[in-house]
Amino acid sequence: MRRDPNDLDRYTASERVTHWIVGIGFILAGLSGLVLFHPAFWPFTMLFGSSTWTRILHPWFGVVMAVAFLLMVLQFWKLNTMGKVDWQWLGRIGEMVSGDDQNMPEQGKYNGGQKLLFWLLVLGTVLLLVSGIALWRAWFHFPVEQVRWAAVVHAATAAVMIGLIMLHVYASIWVRSTIRAMWYGTVTRAWARQHHRAWYRQMTGIDK
Amino acid sequence: MVWQSLDIRRRSATTTPMPQAREAVEVAKLIDISQCIGCKACQVACMEWNDLRQEVGYCVGVYDNPPDLTAKAWTVMRFTEMENDGRLEWLIRKDGCMHCQDPGCLKACPAPGAIVQYANGIVEFHQEHCIGCGYCLTGCPFNIPRLSDQDHKAYKCTLCSDRVAVGQVPACIKTCPTGALHFGSKEDMKEHAEQRIADLQSRGFANAGLYDPPGVGGTHVMYVLQHADHPEWYAGLPQDPAISPLVEVWKGWTKPLAIGVMAAGVLASLIHYVMKGPNEISKETEKEVENETRPE
Repeated sequence: MRRDPNDLDRYTASERVTHWIVGIGFILAGLSGLVLFHPAFWPFTMLFGSSTWTRILHPWFGVVMAVAFLLMVLQFWKLNTMGKVDWQWLGRIGEMVSGDDQNMPEQGKYNGGQKLLFWLLVLGTVLLLVSGIALWRAWFHFPVEQVRWAAVVHAATAAVMIGLIMLHVYASIWVRSTIRAMWYGTVTRAWARQHHRAWYRQMTGIDK
Repeated sequence: MVWQSLDIRRRSATTTPMPQAREAVEVAKLIDISQCIGCKACQVACMEWNDLRQEVGYCVGVYDNPPDLTAKAWTVMRFTEMENDGRLEWLIRKDGCMHCQDPGCLKACPAPGAIVQYANGIVEFHQEHCIGCGYCLTGCPFNIPRLSDQDHKAYKCTLCSDRVAVGQVPACIKTCPTGALHFGSKEDMKEHAEQRIADLQSRGFANAGLYDPPGVGGTHVMYVLQHADHPEWYAGLPQDPAISPLVEVWKGWTKPLAIGVMAAGVLASLIHYVMKGPNEISKETEKEVENETRPE
């Protein structure tokens, strides 16, 4: 459904659906994983039926997340290759955070922060998947020393990933009119011009 | 359960202290390997008392039977033949939970109350709280706990905590026909071991000694070894066992720290939002874009 003919298409329906599957997978894997991370999060077992169900389900949530994320990576990796301008943008991220983003280097569909986040999430997902398989005793049997390494890597990576995703979510809340791109796929021209000027020009043909 | 909560000194995945009011005598099992004849009566007694029947298996070419610990075989005799100074020695070690004073299984366990340590030192799994993750296998320095294929719970020797609670010795001790197994206060067991070690030393085993590894705070199952300088001769008994540093990192102060950092991240976002306000599109940009796209 087209709300305003001037809106710009940012995400296709299949891109949005894949993103939400990854997001839901992450939330479920995160909540169930925190139970195993520290007893402070034990009450989350109630969300999954029981503590044993939490243990049974957690790896499957992870598999769903990883597979859906792989599809996302196939859809988006080309758009996230880092260029010189992206590093310049990251070098001046302080201005962005302080709320003074008028003079930031011009950005394409994604800015340097989004691209860096993308690659960190790729790395994190690979680490979680590999270490998670070693920890999944219902199906796999690895030497105990490898399992110990996997436990450390899995917990540390998960903590970093939760931090990255909190940043990702906060950025989408802080920068107004962003979340609609993930709900119904379009953004306003003004939004595109302010935050992703190069992409705006590419999409509209307006050279300003 | 025969035990009272007063008797629980440590509890898995629990961050506050357990009751300390009642002091208990620390107990220990002493396994005198020099007196063991490998009859496996202790294995039978263990099965009988705990009402466990490991499925009958096959001979794998050695005396070890079953060939490994299982969820239903909590103690197994491990036979090692070796030649020492031209003499054949048959080292027979009764393997099973060592009941560490600092238990790696308990440290690793994420399920509150699935593993407890009683004030007398016995470490026990409470399967009704076990979630089947197998972290105890990851934490154990002795490769003891086993996950059941049947119910995905972890099992190991209980040191017959139910018998000990009512003043009886563990079933394996009760049945041992040669006096290789002893049970009592840890003090008494050490004293008894000293006599045995002195005897062994006088009979040519110069390196006889007690296996009570300090790396895990000592154990509540101890061995008298003829060759205490080579515990690895006894089917790979670890030389200096300790909770792996990886497990210490995994289960140590790093986790509260990580939780603190995550919470600080949420708080920082909130403060940032309150201080800077939302990043909205400026009125000028909106006006400019409006003029560009709807010039009429």
